[in-house]
Amino acid sequence: MKLIKIDKKSLKEGIDKLKRTHCVFGPVRENDEYEFKVLGDADMPDFSFSNTRMSPKAIVYPQTQLMFTYSLDDAADDCRILKEVPLDERPRAVIGIRPCDALAFPLVRRNFDTPEYQDTFWVRAYEATTFVGLACNEPCATCFCTSAGTGPFGKEGLDVLLVEDGDDFFAEPLTPKGESLLETAGWTTEAGGGAEEKITSMAAAANEHITSAVSFDNIKKREILELYDAPFWEEEAFSCINCGTCTYVCPTCWCFDIQDETFGKSGVRMRNWDSCMSPLFTLHASGHNPRTKKHERVRQRFMHKLKYYVDKYDNGIQCVGCGRCVRLCPVNIDIRSICNKMNNFDPEACKCEVASS
Amino acid sequence: MQNPYLPYPVRIDQIITETEDKSLKTFKFVFIRPEDEEKFAYRAGQFAELSVPGLGEIPIGIASSPTEKGFVKFTIFKTGKVTSHLHAMREGEIMGIRGPLGHPYPWETLAGKNIVIIGGGFAFTTLRSSIIFMTDPANRSKFKDIHVIYGARSPGMLLYKEELKSWAERDDMNMHITVDGTDDPDWKYHKGFVPAITEKFAPPADADTYAIICGPPIMIKFTQPVLDNLGYSHDNIIMSLENRMKCGIGICGRCNIGKDLVCKDGPVFTLSQLNAMPKEY
Amino acid sequence: MTGYTEKIREIAARLLTEGKVDRVIGFRKGTVPMMNQPHYVTSPAMAAELIWDSHCGLNLANYVTDRKERIGIVAKGCDSRNLVTHIIENKIKRDQLVIIGVPCTGMVDRNKICAMVEGEITSVEESDDAITVSGNGFSKTIAKTDVLRENCAVCTHRNPVIHDEMVGEPVAEQTGVDAYASVKKVEALSPEEKWNYFENLISTCIRCYACRNACPLCYCPTCFVDESRPQWVGKSQDPIDVRTFHLLRAYHCAGRCTDCGACETACPMGIKVREFTKKLNMDCFELFGWEAGLNIDKRPPLDVYKTDDPDDFIR
Repeated sequence: MKLIKIDKKSLKEGIDKLKRTHCVFGPVRENDEYEFKVLGDADMPDFSFSNTRMSPKAIVYPQTQLMFTYSLDDAADDCRILKEVPLDERPRAVIGIRPCDALAFPLVRRNFDTPEYQDTFWVRAYEATTFVGLACNEPCATCFCTSAGTGPFGKEGLDVLLVEDGDDFFAEPLTPKGESLLETAGWTTEAGGGAEEKITSMAAAANEHITSAVSFDNIKKREILELYDAPFWEEEAFSCINCGTCTYVCPTCWCFDIQDETFGKSGVRMRNWDSCMSPLFTLHASGHNPRTKKHERVRQRFMHKLKYYVDKYDNGIQCVGCGRCVRLCPVNIDIRSICNKMNNFDPEACKCEVASS
Repeated sequence: MQNPYLPYPVRIDQIITETEDKSLKTFKFVFIRPEDEEKFAYRAGQFAELSVPGLGEIPIGIASSPTEKGFVKFTIFKTGKVTSHLHAMREGEIMGIRGPLGHPYPWETLAGKNIVIIGGGFAFTTLRSSIIFMTDPANRSKFKDIHVIYGARSPGMLLYKEELKSWAERDDMNMHITVDGTDDPDWKYHKGFVPAITEKFAPPADADTYAIICGPPIMIKFTQPVLDNLGYSHDNIIMSLENRMKCGIGICGRCNIGKDLVCKDGPVFTLSQLNAMPKEY
Repeated sequence: MTGYTEKIREIAARLLTEGKVDRVIGFRKGTVPMMNQPHYVTSPAMAAELIWDSHCGLNLANYVTDRKERIGIVAKGCDSRNLVTHIIENKIKRDQLVIIGVPCTGMVDRNKICAMVEGEITSVEESDDAITVSGNGFSKTIAKTDVLRENCAVCTHRNPVIHDEMVGEPVAEQTGVDAYASVKKVEALSPEEKWNYFENLISTCIRCYACRNACPLCYCPTCFVDESRPQWVGKSQDPIDVRTFHLLRAYHCAGRCTDCGACETACPMGIKVREFTKKLNMDCFELFGWEAGLNIDKRPPLDVYKTDDPDDFIR
């Protein structure tokens, strides 16, 4: 597929064209933070950001999603029979998603799109979305994407990769969907010679910028129970306040709760993001709670992301290195430290310590 | 793409109170759309999410056997929001069920084997499904000896009392009914906790003998050493777990134990598998 | 507050060596700039992990709730008042605690600091009254008083009200600050303006409950938002439910809140949740002359019946 060049001055024209056929999402500045929002007629994506505060997972998987409606009116024919809420299947385009967030989608897809069951809500929204990524020329100190399966110029999960270069963008179509979007937007000018080399060197420079890394090769080799029974969980979990910040800002966290809410004689069945940090998450109706202690929940989150997912899918950790949880955790629980602690954990050494103390 | 969260509408055809304290009721559901019954084709050991619009859903083991046509049965313990509402519902009311969910007991492996079923309290529901399935004339010859040990706190707390009696009278299975204690002078079955009865009456272990256990944690805790002493290998001990669930289809992420989701990779696990899993249940 | 780190380490090591406490709870240096992590040490050697600077905005009293062991706890003014409240409310016993008092000159608001520079901050240094932040190609020194957290800027209880040890000399309490200036500003708005003000305030709330969980007062075994029989509050992003959570939580903190600001510091969305609790603090002050946690022998007004209660419905 041909590399395209987009003059920054013609960006607006192209995006306006896209808005005619797509619901377009882009990063928008609100006070001092950036978030992905639907771009209204007059709005343009603001690319002067390192990353948004909340991840763009809400574009495909909103925090609150109506699933069904029902009537509780005994006189109605369809009393107590659930009716599907029609899905919004208009084509969508996300412009300016970072490679880390883009990788999160195929990673999460393994959960929502399985041979046995397809989550129609997630899958239809995902398939209707074209992802136009924006490479990171200046990664942050908290970014560790290169050790988490992608990189500042990573392509996985994207349909087009934009690279900002002075007054232009390079646009590399990566899939037929991406090519089609570039055509619709009228971005068809081919980039000149030397463009590929330029991008390669920019990518290398960006990779150099990454100072943070995690290792999980040993985590993969360990038995689940060795890591589960490791003695460091209580200490690591001490500061945790069991809020939902990490899970809600994380692009690869997907757990949800299903609830019914009724108003008078009619109601909805909806799903909301939920967090394994909450004590309620695993509370049985009998009152029994397998994860009643805080450190059990903290352990669950990191074991899930760094070990269970690895064992289950054999395709890397359930983390893309975006660094949001590291920046936003109110008590500075750092997944990088915990990952490296798990990776360096040697159950034999611990046994020797216990024996000699 | 079928929406996996959409339940099949069912009508409550019959409600029977099973236990003397009224905490357990068996619900017989009939599918409103006959074609849904075919789509719901299930095997013993599976569960379904019972859906009560306005309240929520609960995962309950299927108590009826696939050999029983025209309906599905669930025995439900009254413990929380949804189950309390269910217990107050009437015959003729509409609700929904989603399923069948989870893995059944490993019937391919169990074919041609001796089966020892050990159940306690109200965890006996999928075991009823299994017994009716195995003793159905079309299936009985596929299994060798069948032993059942089932106990409850008192005679009034036993489930499926009439069926238990008829099973005790069959000569193609060994039925051991027990209660923790009773003052009833006419009680003709055993008295004693399930682990003790298991120790007395369970057949010796061998490669062809499998035990399926379902019961409250305390019963399992004391029954397992008995089976260990009898020499049962952990691959031959089959258990069914519970956990807090919502979607039941392995997507919402709530019910995991280690890397396994109880709803999708389970709820049936061998003891060998459980030993390798974190004790988060 | 320079010099406090050494003193905290010395006291912690001493308490642990002498076996006076089982653990000392303080902060250790965070892994990202302007952030510290609540931490505990159980041996004299580990005491060297403790630090203190102007980014210790979380309330450590949150970590002693219902604990059974003996604890050395680092507490600035507001934290110490929460310890008093905890003792009064039976969440910890006085004799379990060795309170390491910190006379505090205020914690800084890292959002304010980030807004003052362009680019990512990668290192921070501080002196007694200034913070120097640096990043790629920039460095800026900011007066601490310019970036204090809002509650610290109007704080009149900087010195611990209860302590067993002190890490420094008491600091002068601020005078001439109106602790409730922000409340009065909102009270002066018209009803419609007030409605819009609060709607905007919580419009970005993601119901993570970081505010509630960082608050030492919020220790109910089942919070009202988590109750299911009956379910009082919905769990979705419906604005009605978001409002209910914030308003009711503020009421549950009435008469107990010390304005420590941990809620605002914890909030990942930067919501000024103190706008709710501050109003109730002002009401308690004006109606009952009450400020929480100042006196270990006095029970809070909403806990006590007096014959001269201002409300006549209760007489």
